[in-house]
Amino acid sequence: MMIKHHLNDELLMGYAAGILPEAFSMVAATHVSLCDDCRARLAAYEAVGGAVLEEGTAAMDAGVDACLARSVEQPARKRRQGVMPGPLVDYIGGDLSAVKWRSLGMGVRQAILPTSRSASARLLYIPAGVAVPDHGHRGMELTLVLQGAFRDSEDRFGVGDLEIAGEELQHIPVAEAGADCICLAATDAPLRFKDWMPRILQPIFRI
Amino acid sequence: MPYGAFKSAVALSGATVTQQETDWSGLMIKVRDERDRAAFGALFGHFAPRVKYFLMKAGSTAPVAEDCAQDVMATVWAKAAQFDPTRASVATWIFTIARNRRIDVARRDRRPEPEELDWMGEDEPDQADVYAAAEETRALSAALSELPEKQRALIQRAYYGDLSHSEIAAETGLPLGTIKSRIRLALDKLRLKLSETS
Repeated sequence: MMIKHHLNDELLMGYAAGILPEAFSMVAATHVSLCDDCRARLAAYEAVGGAVLEEGTAAMDAGVDACLARSVEQPARKRRQGVMPGPLVDYIGGDLSAVKWRSLGMGVRQAILPTSRSASARLLYIPAGVAVPDHGHRGMELTLVLQGAFRDSEDRFGVGDLEIAGEELQHIPVAEAGADCICLAATDAPLRFKDWMPRILQPIFRI
Repeated sequence: MPYGAFKSAVALSGATVTQQETDWSGLMIKVRDERDRAAFGALFGHFAPRVKYFLMKAGSTAPVAEDCAQDVMATVWAKAAQFDPTRASVATWIFTIARNRRIDVARRDRRPEPEELDWMGEDEPDQADVYAAAEETRALSAALSELPEKQRALIQRAYYGDLSHSEIAAETGLPLGTIKSRIRLALDKLRLKLSETS
């Protein structure tokens, strides 16, 4: 897989440190599942955490015997199912067929994934050749391609590619001809649509 | 070549090792492969107080930090099979477990994990890779201690969970460039490793 658009250093460090909103961590975990390059960069940022861990000590009250007497739970990580990387399988509760889509019109569908409220995450299904309404962003929007590809004013984004859109980007993503496009999108602010119709629908569809 | 002999050879060849440091990876491998309680005791003695300090810095009270540090070290014992010394130093690996415990305690934002790689538990790990992973943490510790106080404090706050991701992006004093130059070598090694195995 040729991935061209990656996590940036701020997101990698934030993910390594564990300070991202859940929806952004979901995107980071999914991209790293697809991208060996970012997996290696993440390991380096986690090594910074290892260095920070060596910075100081606080005396323990209980010793190693108390520790060995404890049992801890270890939930197993999910594996990829079809186009869905492991982290998303966990949220969806299965593969693509388990996604509970809601129509947004024009064949476009979305499914909100349950996360903390600090940011929202959803799966988007865009039929080949269809455009998502022109929208800008109040905050940051991360869009990760899981199937197919889309183009906007910035570039082409294929499977594994991550678009990081800030406030300045006003764009019309168009799904390429060929396979329908499925994306994971996360944002820490409501999207801003130029046309009044989608804006009225926004509270209903939570986009 | 046994790990200790490899290290001595590196030291004699005039490389960066100037003092004998405890071989945490070697102890962790004894825990992993032989369930060696004495080795775990030594690891506990070093890392449990560091995990407790880390969790207190992250905002936990001393009793909660004590309890969670015990959980973290119990996880180190229970998940020892997942320790791969060519991918991370013991400090780095324990940091990731402590980070996850900190996130559980905060009960705000979950942190989903990437898929596991399938190349865990190679029979004969390359001792040079093991050494490189441990050395990387030492080099990063040295790099951290050389940073100006303000920058160092920012890095610490981020890893203690006391800095938001938007603050990372906005914070011009954050020495991401400095860190990047320090970890470039480690990155190259990790990339090589990943391309060999995937």
